[in-house]
Amino acid sequence: MTISEVQEQIKASSARAVVEASIAKAKQNAEYNALLSLTEERALERADAVDAGKITGKLAGVPFVVKDNFLAFGAPTTAASKMLAGFDAPLQATAVEKLEAEGAICIGKSNLDAFAHGGSTENSAYGPTKNAYDKTRVSGGSSGGSAVITALDIVPFTLGSDTGGSIRQPASFNGVVGIKPTYGTVSRYGVVAMASSTDTIGSITSNVADAETVMSIMAGRDDRDMTTLPDFFEVPQFVKPGQKIGLIKEFMTDGVDIEVRTKINEYADSLRAKGHTVEEVSLPMLEYSLAIYYIIVPAEISSNLARYDGIHYGYRAEGAKTLAELYGRSRNDGFMTENKRRIMIGSYVLSSGYFDAYYLKAQKARTLLIKQFNDLFAQYDLLIGPVAPTTAFRLGDNTSDPIKMYLEDVMTVPASLAGLPAISVPAGVSQTDMPIGVQLIGPARSDAKLLALARSLETK
Amino acid sequence: MTEISREDVLHLARLSSLELSEDEISGLQNDIGNILGYVQQLGNLDTKGVEPTYQVTGLQNVWRDNDTVIDYGVTREQLLKRAPQSADNQVKVPKVL
Repeated sequence: MTISEVQEQIKASSARAVVEASIAKAKQNAEYNALLSLTEERALERADAVDAGKITGKLAGVPFVVKDNFLAFGAPTTAASKMLAGFDAPLQATAVEKLEAEGAICIGKSNLDAFAHGGSTENSAYGPTKNAYDKTRVSGGSSGGSAVITALDIVPFTLGSDTGGSIRQPASFNGVVGIKPTYGTVSRYGVVAMASSTDTIGSITSNVADAETVMSIMAGRDDRDMTTLPDFFEVPQFVKPGQKIGLIKEFMTDGVDIEVRTKINEYADSLRAKGHTVEEVSLPMLEYSLAIYYIIVPAEISSNLARYDGIHYGYRAEGAKTLAELYGRSRNDGFMTENKRRIMIGSYVLSSGYFDAYYLKAQKARTLLIKQFNDLFAQYDLLIGPVAPTTAFRLGDNTSDPIKMYLEDVMTVPASLAGLPAISVPAGVSQTDMPIGVQLIGPARSDAKLLALARSLETK
Repeated sequence: MTEISREDVLHLARLSSLELSEDEISGLQNDIGNILGYVQQLGNLDTKGVEPTYQVTGLQNVWRDNDTVIDYGVTREQLLKRAPQSADNQVKVPKVL
């Protein structure tokens, strides 16, 4: 389902009819557990206002769903945690406000790994989301709910957050288009913070043109988020032939499923057929990316999640006698095990005595990774590779071993650490009909070019 | 893997304000040891003379005028309403001393 198809339906019937149909479809697909809540009442009020001509804009009447770590009106914002169960947002995320200003209608909040910590949506306090192609498999994560909702054609677009692959990997697992933009492209104001130096906001859509539309609306500087960049998002009509593209060889080793590698090579061939050159390149620092990520990100998580203290908002444990007990019990009950694991790793790597060997070392290694990307972008326009080493794995397969789960992120964390734009677009399906995505990574602020190139290769 | 003792886990839990239940401690002890063991591979990397990266935007000193007041879209009343307990325009907490 694309935005323009929905706009045709609104013209032929009404915004109310379209929003009602999306809500009905969401309810029919409850077994996927992709939605945590519907904002039905507010959505229908806004649909009526569109039909009455009181709300207008580029997306007037077009329904969408946001990941439940975005503050939005009409339903609680839980971040799929017990800590924020029932939390009634006093304001809306800037990204949601900008879409609403163009007339779009949020119909619900999607499932995620609690506080976006995970790669399968199995860490949700409200149960896992099932893959749109096979209900025995994971949706990917942490924006698993959003990816499945787009794949099931419940709405034409959904929003996600991507700190280390949380938009790209579930998009790949469910055969849809996901974009993690250049760091700072979209305001993070009103989105539950995870790791502030890599958190980004992006879209999940069924085609590239819709990603261009949604990102163009959300991008731009926001006084409420001082890390936002001035708006640079200008979508080119087409990309000139003769682009120099590097296929990252460290992403194509034996550890990567052969079917995944085959689809990536086929995508490379279709780029060549469009008049671009594709050659193998090396990014040796990739070997260390995951280790860098799993030091820096837990460190930032331990700091960002210190705000959940049982005092100001969110869950408070009953009957605590002292303040320390109130903190300790509220946090123990409100967080999932994976949240605790990451907070404690963060506390460890930031402790005096370990800081230099872990945190500072990782920040220096990050500099080396960025340098290698920069050196490649001096010679190549963009890089390609898989999004994940496998197609969607089975529910429960990786839950007992956190490192096995973390290894799923190995191909998505490098762009996050370097703040680079990266998109995941469908590259075909495996023999068992599971989707496989290809990842396009470009230099900072090349987001629109990456999308335009991917659009030129779209088959459907 | 890195040796992480039960005492280390309890110490990290205290630093993190987490009052762990008994059944979670040994699992976390094992996982944290494995994860720290994994990330220690960075020790093999030569980072002598390399500057650390703390942010990637390239933005520096984002200022605003002194007389510009940014509206963050939320009032004191709205925030107090969301505290688990409040009274007399203040958030209520258990006795500290």
